[in-house]
Amino acid sequence: MPLSAQETEIKNPPVSKPPLDPHLKALENEAIHIFREVAAEFEKPVMLYSIGKDSSVLLHLARKAFYPGRVPFPLLHVDTTWKFKEMIEFRDEIAEKYDLDLVVHTNPRGKAEGITPFTHGSAFYTDIMKTEALKQALDAGGYDAAFGGARRDEEASRAKERIYSFRTPDHKWDPRNQRPELWNVYNGMIKKGESVRAFPLSNWTEVDIWRYIQAEDIPLVPLYYAAERPYVERDGMMILAEDPRLQLLPGETVQHGSIRFRTLGCFPLTGAIRSTASNLEEVIAELEIATVSERQGRAIDRDQSGSMEKKKREGYF
Amino acid sequence: MTATAASSSATILPFAEPAARSGRDARPLRLITCGSVDDGKSTLIGRLLWDTKAVKEDQAATLARDSGQQNDLGLPDFALLLDGLQAEREQGITIDVAYRYFATDRRSFIVADTPGHEQYTRNMATGASTADLAILLADARAGLLEQTRRHATIAALMGIRQFVLAVNKFDLVNYDKAIFDQISHDFRELALSLGVRQVTAIPMSALKGENVVYASEGAMPWYQGPTLIEALELATTRSTQTGGFRLPVQRVARPGESFRGYQGTVAGGAIKPGDSVAILPSGTIANVKQIVTFDLVRNAAVAGDAITLVLDRQVDVARGDMIVSIDGPPMTGTGFDAQIVALQPGGIEPGKRYWLKSGSRRQRVTVEPVSQLELSSGKWQPHASTLAMNAIGKVHLAFEEQAIFDTYEQNRATGAFILIDPDTLNTVAGGMITAKRADLGGIHLEGQRVLLSLPADLAEQIMASELFAARRNEVEIRRLSGKQATDLLSDTGEND
Ligand SMILES: Nc1nc2c(ncn2[C@@H]2O[C@H](COP(=O)(O)OP(=O)(O)O)[C@@H](O)[C@H]2O)c(=O)[nH]1
Repeated sequence: MPLSAQETEIKNPPVSKPPLDPHLKALENEAIHIFREVAAEFEKPVMLYSIGKDSSVLLHLARKAFYPGRVPFPLLHVDTTWKFKEMIEFRDEIAEKYDLDLVVHTNPRGKAEGITPFTHGSAFYTDIMKTEALKQALDAGGYDAAFGGARRDEEASRAKERIYSFRTPDHKWDPRNQRPELWNVYNGMIKKGESVRAFPLSNWTEVDIWRYIQAEDIPLVPLYYAAERPYVERDGMMILAEDPRLQLLPGETVQHGSIRFRTLGCFPLTGAIRSTASNLEEVIAELEIATVSERQGRAIDRDQSGSMEKKKREGYF
Repeated sequence: MTATAASSSATILPFAEPAARSGRDARPLRLITCGSVDDGKSTLIGRLLWDTKAVKEDQAATLARDSGQQNDLGLPDFALLLDGLQAEREQGITIDVAYRYFATDRRSFIVADTPGHEQYTRNMATGASTADLAILLADARAGLLEQTRRHATIAALMGIRQFVLAVNKFDLVNYDKAIFDQISHDFRELALSLGVRQVTAIPMSALKGENVVYASEGAMPWYQGPTLIEALELATTRSTQTGGFRLPVQRVARPGESFRGYQGTVAGGAIKPGDSVAILPSGTIANVKQIVTFDLVRNAAVAGDAITLVLDRQVDVARGDMIVSIDGPPMTGTGFDAQIVALQPGGIEPGKRYWLKSGSRRQRVTVEPVSQLELSSGKWQPHASTLAMNAIGKVHLAFEEQAIFDTYEQNRATGAFILIDPDTLNTVAGGMITAKRADLGGIHLEGQRVLLSLPADLAEQIMASELFAARRNEVEIRRLSGKQATDLLSDTGEND
């Protein structure tokens, strides 16, 4: 019952921002509605927090939904230990600043079996350090609902995802057997052991995310903005070269250039793009003429086009 | 309610000013696309995404790689772009509702892409439930099909009041004006018969991209109307700001001793501090003290806003209650008429106790089917037994506790509900309230009705008679024990 926490929030931004345009307002209202509905209907919700821009928007919406109270559920970060350093710093700062309950989980198999993205290949590594780790954390917490920042426009297999996405006790998703979802009346009834993933950002596009970040002044990990950074080119991707665990392969050299990231994940698997967009306005301007979708920088999607669907069925977020 | 143009054709007005680049001046328009297999629905949606630049280069490359083939215009096979799931791709069919996103400078669009095959009424109903507008496809060579009528009927039933008829494949009929005139005339008649007056028919070629996002260059000089995208930009989004204030309470927020707020999304009307409200079902009256949001304490809220309401006194409010304006409150009672769409293989069984969820309120209900819609003719046929999957039925709802509704016609948020099977917990029906029935199991106190108590065997004989069958719709039947009947009757006396 931290009364002081809410009072800081009440004093928070009395400076009036220009009102959101009706488009963003409608998306915001929908997301807040979903947050409140899940929080009211489920016993133990949790919010998956990946530290990226979508998570940042998600968190901002959660704070709005429950204001003047604090966010009434914990945030869960699945830490593979291979995230960008700046992400972890940012995560801890945010948790502190907004008085959040942060749960961090790492699959112990990573350390025990020496599983790294370099030694085991992206598919196996992702399966253990993300998918399996997430299941462990959800089971350990006994969470019956998990908020995620997935958007339907991100990837073809997500176009049919529900806002409440039903999961079996072993976290499986069956795309052929989803509950129909009509109007904004969500069915939150589940049996013991079953759970839902709830996606308040389902109807947002990448441009919406960026415009909302701008309109609401939401802090982001600086890696989203271009700066001179060291990188190595590998498998057609530009990988950030600042972590001592990155070992150069024969023929590789550390280069320097103005780069930024469109998505953030594990640094060895996340490619940068060349860009000079060093602030929000410039990022949005760049985006509006971009012809390459944001997932392109991710090694995980590229094996074959059905790969994301396969991962989802198995329980990847 | 949207303002409906008086004339059926003059729905397109010149747009005054383009929206500012930095912000869209409208809410996203939600639409549904319906067509029979091979009318060109995938091609059309693909074309919309392509020409509004919603398809990114790498997605297109994946597409080209996966399909290995392109059509004669060098464009990828759009159907592959849309069919997101592997299983479907293998079977070559679309089996569920997929959502697509594209935008112009003026507005963004959310498309519910649903399969056209007849047995997927449920998917269409799902997609249509949130749609402001329906695009119905017709192949110019075939004209309107029975399938078109079915789709239009479902769309109208789900409350869609704006139709766009996309007369596709016009390149295959030599851009013949007479064909367009005939089809659009037929369609207007069909739409009017369903009570839909905002109708725009557009001749197009989805394949060539004519009249979709870009006007056809010279191929159809006789057509002066809008392109598809223009028609969509000008369509109205549904607004429920005109009726009485409605706030289904999702949560009671009590972050500290001093603060108590009721959180929810305004489902109708508007509210400002000082307004008097009633809390239903209790009927308690209070005044609005504050509208709290994260940004500022606001001086008004309208339909669609997610807010926290603070009242001026301690009252008992729980999740599932509805805070409403004192004038023009919704209907409360234990008996309602509704139309439902059965969504699952088990259908909807008469007499079974389901969960009903509407807004944030969930309660027990039994359902008695009355009639079923024959989609081919548009006629309602008497039907009192189980409503099979994909059936659309008129039903009576009997609640165990007070229910709170508007008619769906008046308010799409507070007039809609889903039914949940208590065993599987799956969503088994979507429904729309059409009217309130008198309470107490159909005893119309004010009307010309009598309550008979009969031995079961005699009742069965009467019910089997032809006269009874003809007027089955007007009859409410309840099987009760003597004790229940006594309680019922004594209640009636009290209420009188
Ligand atoms: N000539 C012509 N062919 C079209 C047009 N639109 C679609 N088609 C073709 O019609 C066939 C069926 O189209 P498709 O989009 O797959 O239909 P769906 O089953 O309704 O999704 C395909 O071979 C398309 O290339 C059009 O405007 N003109």
